[in-house]
Amino acid sequence: MYEISGLTKIYDGKGKNEKVHALQGVDVVIPDNDMLAIQGPTGHGKSTLLQLLGGLDRPTGGSLKFDGQEMAKMGEMSLTKLRAQNFGYIFQGFNLIPTLTAQENVETALVPLGVSKVERRERAAKALTDVGLGERLGHLQTELSGGQQQRVAIARALVKEPKVILADEPTGNLDEETRDDIFGLLEKLWADLGLTVIMVTHDSALSKRVPRLAQIKNGKLTIKRESKTANAA
Amino acid sequence: MFLTYLRRELRRRSRQAFVIALGLAVGIGLAISVNAASNGAKAAQASVLQSLYGVGTDITVTQTAVRGTGGTQGFGITGQSQTATGTKTTTATQDRATVEPGTGTIATTTLDKIKTASGVSGAVGSLSLSDFKVSGTLTQSFKETQTQSPGSGSGGFPGGGGSGGTQRSFSAGPPSGNFDFNSTTIQGVDVSDSSMGPLSTLSLSSGRTLANADASAAVALVNSSYATQNTIKVGATETLGGTKFTVVGIVTTSSTEDYFIPLAEAQKISSETGKVTTVYVKAASSTEIDAVAAEIQKDASGATVSTSADLANMVSGSLASTASLLNSLGKWFAIGVLLAAFLVAVLFTLSAVGRRTRELGTLKALGWTSRRVVRQVIGESVVTGLFGGALGIGLGFLGAYAIGKAAPALSASSSTSSASNANGGGFPGGGSFPTGSAPGGATGGTGGSGFAGARNAARGSSDITVHLTAPVHLNILLIAVGLAVLGGLIAGAAGGWRASSLRPADALAKVS
Repeated sequence: MYEISGLTKIYDGKGKNEKVHALQGVDVVIPDNDMLAIQGPTGHGKSTLLQLLGGLDRPTGGSLKFDGQEMAKMGEMSLTKLRAQNFGYIFQGFNLIPTLTAQENVETALVPLGVSKVERRERAAKALTDVGLGERLGHLQTELSGGQQQRVAIARALVKEPKVILADEPTGNLDEETRDDIFGLLEKLWADLGLTVIMVTHDSALSKRVPRLAQIKNGKLTIKRESKTANAA
Repeated sequence: MFLTYLRRELRRRSRQAFVIALGLAVGIGLAISVNAASNGAKAAQASVLQSLYGVGTDITVTQTAVRGTGGTQGFGITGQSQTATGTKTTTATQDRATVEPGTGTIATTTLDKIKTASGVSGAVGSLSLSDFKVSGTLTQSFKETQTQSPGSGSGGFPGGGGSGGTQRSFSAGPPSGNFDFNSTTIQGVDVSDSSMGPLSTLSLSSGRTLANADASAAVALVNSSYATQNTIKVGATETLGGTKFTVVGIVTTSSTEDYFIPLAEAQKISSETGKVTTVYVKAASSTEIDAVAAEIQKDASGATVSTSADLANMVSGSLASTASLLNSLGKWFAIGVLLAAFLVAVLFTLSAVGRRTRELGTLKALGWTSRRVVRQVIGESVVTGLFGGALGIGLGFLGAYAIGKAAPALSASSSTSSASNANGGGFPGGGSFPTGSAPGGATGGTGGSGFAGARNAARGSSDITVHLTAPVHLNILLIAVGLAVLGGLIAGAAGGWRASSLRPADALAKVS
């Protein structure tokens, strides 16, 4: 569970002494097994918030607690360990390693956990099978379609059995049909595995399907909709 | 995962990896080739030194002659008193063996001290002599002159005398002569130890070498080139310093000495009993040479103590020039190329890491520690470096082979064992034959024989032709591998530094 209060993030701007206030006091609680979509105009702090939630960056001020641990005060190693164990990422551009096969790409998420090679291979194969790519284990990125690549990315995010899935425009590079497939998969996993899913999206069709919708504008977040279950499209 | 990822990544960037490896290979190959050529030059120099100073000689001790000592050497023919007209022929022969001009001597007591000095494994002495033979005839014609003296009185021409009457005097005509000059060189060697010093440089062609039993025997070894030139064979008798020596062996050597005789015999014919001109010293340990040289310097005050390194510096000629070129220009050129290769490797690696920001950032986002990411980048660089090293070793061997095949024969000039010969010159002329009238009744002209000691001056140096080889030693191969790893580490460290400074957020920022 995330407990966030007064969260700020200030970047150095391009000009001298110029500051960019990406987040200006975000207050929100994200309970376990929540599915939250964050919408907002480009450059208003969506991705910054996602990075802070995933421990990829550190806030300038405020409090960001995950399961009671203050992430802002964690050391680099602790934060890296937290990322490795608890957060799964899904990127808009898939971010697969081009030289590795689908199975090897999924394995990369298990490497920092010290999982043995044999177990890595087994778990990666299972994760890929779970997302419908059991026949594509040995395929390289270039041999997969966009939807398949995103499924690999989802398998990579899920294979370590994280508590939270953080997705940045997960369907941004996909056509409408594939988008529905992928989102359907995310919904299923969310429901089956009891994950917390936080996604940034511009897609209004997706935002209609999530149980909880937030909007971020000028670095400030407001909850737009609350509901307990996902809406059918 | 480490090796799989590494292999795949290198395969993906194979062209770039090949360029980096090739750059390192050229640098390493050049370093190996230059080192091999340098080894060859050193070996050639050692070979030259060995031929001149003997196997295992670490230090030589010589003594420069003190200016003004030694006196002049001359050759005199005593003319005949003439009391009648006609032609008179005078025959003369002289054979003298002396210490080479400009060379000083060292007492054998000093040699004994050196033998017992700390750190000395062994020492032998030798005596370098010049044997100068002159033989020939001097012919002069005399005629009588008679003059009438009026009345009594004194005076008249010298040589005449008498009072009144006819005065007789003899005047000598221009002398003519035919003289043979023959100068040879002799080295008196310590026959008790053939493992070092001049004896160790000799290779027997025929007959036998000198042994302990020959210490006081009038026996000689002859340099094969001199023997061929003068048709000398084993069993022949040669006169050296007025003493007859039996030739017991013909030897090949790059030394310029014509004869090698037992040291005691050399001392005897030159009247230099208890003296040597050069002491050859072998140190107990190669690391103690300088210390031993310093110790010897105390025992042999005023002597010139030269270590093998000093002796190497005496080698000049195209070999020395090549060695110098390899040690200076070649070495720096190789270092320059190597540094350039390292720089290229660093820049390429930085560029590669820059292009992999998203990929490496993704791995960090997945929980890979900076150390693991850096290790991956360095691993790729080191493997590239090792590939470059292997390629470089191949290029190095190729370069060394080419040098060995293409290198022209090099000449080396070195001062001989009498390092101070540069101070030598010729025998000073003793005088000249007088011409014109000799006083009546006087001895018909005496004079010394003088000639420039061109041969001895020339003998101050020795020319040896050597072929430059380029042996590749194991140590340079290990250094090459070390350089390859170093190149990889430097490039990898640069890339790793950049990778470690990547924020995982960059992985997301790249797609925002």
